[in-house]
Amino acid sequence: MIETEGLTKFFGDFEAVHNVNLFVPSGTVLAILGPNGAGKTTTIRMLTSILAPTSGWAKVAGYDVVKDAARVRASVGVLTEQHGLYERMRGLEYLDFFGRIYRLPADVRYKRAEELMTRFGLGDAFDKRVGEYSKGMKQKLALVRSLLHDPPVLLLDEPTSAMDPQSAKLVRDAIMELRQDARTIILTTHNLTEAQALADNIAVIRRGRIVAFGNMEDLAHRFVGPPLMELKTSQPLNGLAKELTPLVKVVESGDNWLRYEAFKPAEINPQVIRRVIGLGIDVITLSQLTQTLEDVYLQIVEEDEGQEKKADEPKHATD
Amino acid sequence: MSPSTPLINREHVQDHFGDQVGWLDTIKNAWVITRREVRDSFRDWRIVVPIFILTLFFPTLANFSSRIFINYFDKQGADGKEFIEAFLPLMPMLVGFFPVSISLVIALETFVGEKERRSLEPLLSTPLTNTELYLGKVFAAMIPPVAAAYLGIGLYIGQLIWGEQKWRPDPVLILMIVALTTVQALVMVTGAVVVSSQTTSTRAANLLASVIILPMSLLVIGESIIMIQPYRRFVLWYVAAGLLVVTTLLVRTGASIFNREELLGRSIDEINLRWAWRVFWEQLTGVTRAERQSAKATGRPIRLNPIRYYRKTVFPTIRNLRVASLAMSIAIIAAFAAGWALSTKWQLPLSNKDNSEVLDNLRSIWETAQKDPRWVGLAISQNIRVLLVATLLGAFSFGAGSIFFVALPFGILGYLMGNVAAAGISPIPFIVAIIPHGIFEIPAIIIAGAAGLRFGSVPTKPPKNMTVGEAWLRALADVVKIGLTVVLPLLIIAGIFEVYVTPKVVEWALTL
Repeated sequence: MIETEGLTKFFGDFEAVHNVNLFVPSGTVLAILGPNGAGKTTTIRMLTSILAPTSGWAKVAGYDVVKDAARVRASVGVLTEQHGLYERMRGLEYLDFFGRIYRLPADVRYKRAEELMTRFGLGDAFDKRVGEYSKGMKQKLALVRSLLHDPPVLLLDEPTSAMDPQSAKLVRDAIMELRQDARTIILTTHNLTEAQALADNIAVIRRGRIVAFGNMEDLAHRFVGPPLMELKTSQPLNGLAKELTPLVKVVESGDNWLRYEAFKPAEINPQVIRRVIGLGIDVITLSQLTQTLEDVYLQIVEEDEGQEKKADEPKHATD
Repeated sequence: MSPSTPLINREHVQDHFGDQVGWLDTIKNAWVITRREVRDSFRDWRIVVPIFILTLFFPTLANFSSRIFINYFDKQGADGKEFIEAFLPLMPMLVGFFPVSISLVIALETFVGEKERRSLEPLLSTPLTNTELYLGKVFAAMIPPVAAAYLGIGLYIGQLIWGEQKWRPDPVLILMIVALTTVQALVMVTGAVVVSSQTTSTRAANLLASVIILPMSLLVIGESIIMIQPYRRFVLWYVAAGLLVVTTLLVRTGASIFNREELLGRSIDEINLRWAWRVFWEQLTGVTRAERQSAKATGRPIRLNPIRYYRKTVFPTIRNLRVASLAMSIAIIAAFAAGWALSTKWQLPLSNKDNSEVLDNLRSIWETAQKDPRWVGLAISQNIRVLLVATLLGAFSFGAGSIFFVALPFGILGYLMGNVAAAGISPIPFIVAIIPHGIFEIPAIIIAGAAGLRFGSVPTKPPKNMTVGEAWLRALADVVKIGLTVVLPLLIIAGIFEVYVTPKVVEWALTL
């Protein structure tokens, strides 16, 4: 479990993270999204007890990130933004080094390293020098490093960047599997499809502030409106939009199609279908248009930019 | 993917990490880092080849040139034995120094190189403590070059012992060379850590490394000059001891700099003047960022109130200097005692003659000073000069310069007083020549010296939750603050007393 309250970090005059409040229960995945320099990595570093918060507090796996820093770091598996591997070492040797740091017994270290490397398709690279690994292999080895000591909390910074689609799927499947083991996972990514597929909750961070937090459904509802339904019919829909107006809000229409917002699709859609059929029009399809995380994210960013501009206006006026 | 029993469960974490780690565990954990890094160093041909050449080739070359020199001196009719005694010990020292200089390269590589390759962050994410990481890396930078140096020294001396010269060196001399080689390596490695912390690229670190290699080279030249004078070789033990003290200070500084916050908080080698000025000004004025922002928001400017300023800013700063002031006071007393002790060894030719000559001199000085108020300025500026030099030297010597320069005049005073006492002259006129202005001057000197001492030594142990840069800036602001608000007023009063009051009191004392 991860819990933070008022987490803030200053570097000199620069406020990198401002008042971050998070709650990530065990067995869930939180995706932190945001542009470069938004404060994602600083937040992760504070949760790893690498950087101390300027104010606020955080607990990771039940340990305070300031008072119990070593225990936090022992309980966390971190995949850093840059894989940062030792290129002159061999794969297994590299993992053995980290295993020693986590005080794992020798037999366990080797067994675990071999198992994980094999699981991530590095079975034939045990004794290969890390410098000879491809980019994707390096990324996988870094991920194996973060899993080596079987930590209850995983902080993954861009886990599938630099990976081919097959490897990326392998890693995504692994993350899903890890979540089922009641692990707490935070991942930062620019891959919104991946975040949508993996995360239970999403936090959007901009200029060090969490500007949106919730599950995909909540965020979509809050930022891009209610689910959008598309109705296709066999005949032209002359005047049907007006007929439906008391029931739903029609946002777009064509000759034989229309789109409407449905706050409660389960209640509204049967009524819409009954009304259309009652008018003697045959329904071909009624489907919900997919709201992607990309739509939601872009909307959040746009709204936040608007608020930022608004906040800046009086300042400029007085300058 | 997960083992049936989690490897890192709560019990494992509780048992192995956190709380107080014993020294043995610290060394064990540091050794994990050292082992990896030493192996890594030996896989790098850029390190292995020079070490190999310097260890095996250079001692043989040195031995060869020694033989040529000895033969040459023999042919010239000089005393070959005397030459051997003077010259031969010089070579193992140099033979040891060359491989040791590689420690600088390894240290820069292991500290900045890792930072540059971004391989440090995974290591920082592990439960190892900052001290374990620091020690592990220091050992790693030390072991290969020092081992190579010992091997080189051994080879060279072996060739001399079992070669043509049949040299039989004094074991103490060998021990001295080994000790010097080791502490030189320590100074270079620990210095390299401090240098590394100020940069994010090996290129910049290599440029800054000249700060270490140049003084070390000069030191080795100086050591060489001493080494070829057998009757002065004992001085090299003091040099080794001095280097050990420098190492201790560098280790403290390095250990305080080598922490996660410093390593990852700094991303570019850029001077942030705006931030630096803000920190300095905040410490100097005692007005915090929050107070400034609140004043700006409410439109009510912060008014200068001297009483509030002294109460809220100056006095707490003096309180914070209490440990440094105590250290400075002890240093002053020790210097006075040492001066007194020296007076028993080297006495001045004093005699208990008539005081009238001294009285006449004092009276004439007093009358001249009375007519020319610049004498007050002279007395003040003399003190200010000494304190400024002490502070400046302190900044480059971890505060040692401040202690030395502030305590030195008291050492001289002790020496003079000791001589006066030994000559049987009444000490009263001398004591009263200090007391009237000393009441103001001595506290001013102690406080200023303490501020200088803290300014110089703060990088060795910055306050918690403060980077070295911030701690240093705040200590500098304290020097300025204390200097302007406490030391300067006290020195002005002391100057006035020294010119207008002290001579009168002394005159009175002499007439007693």
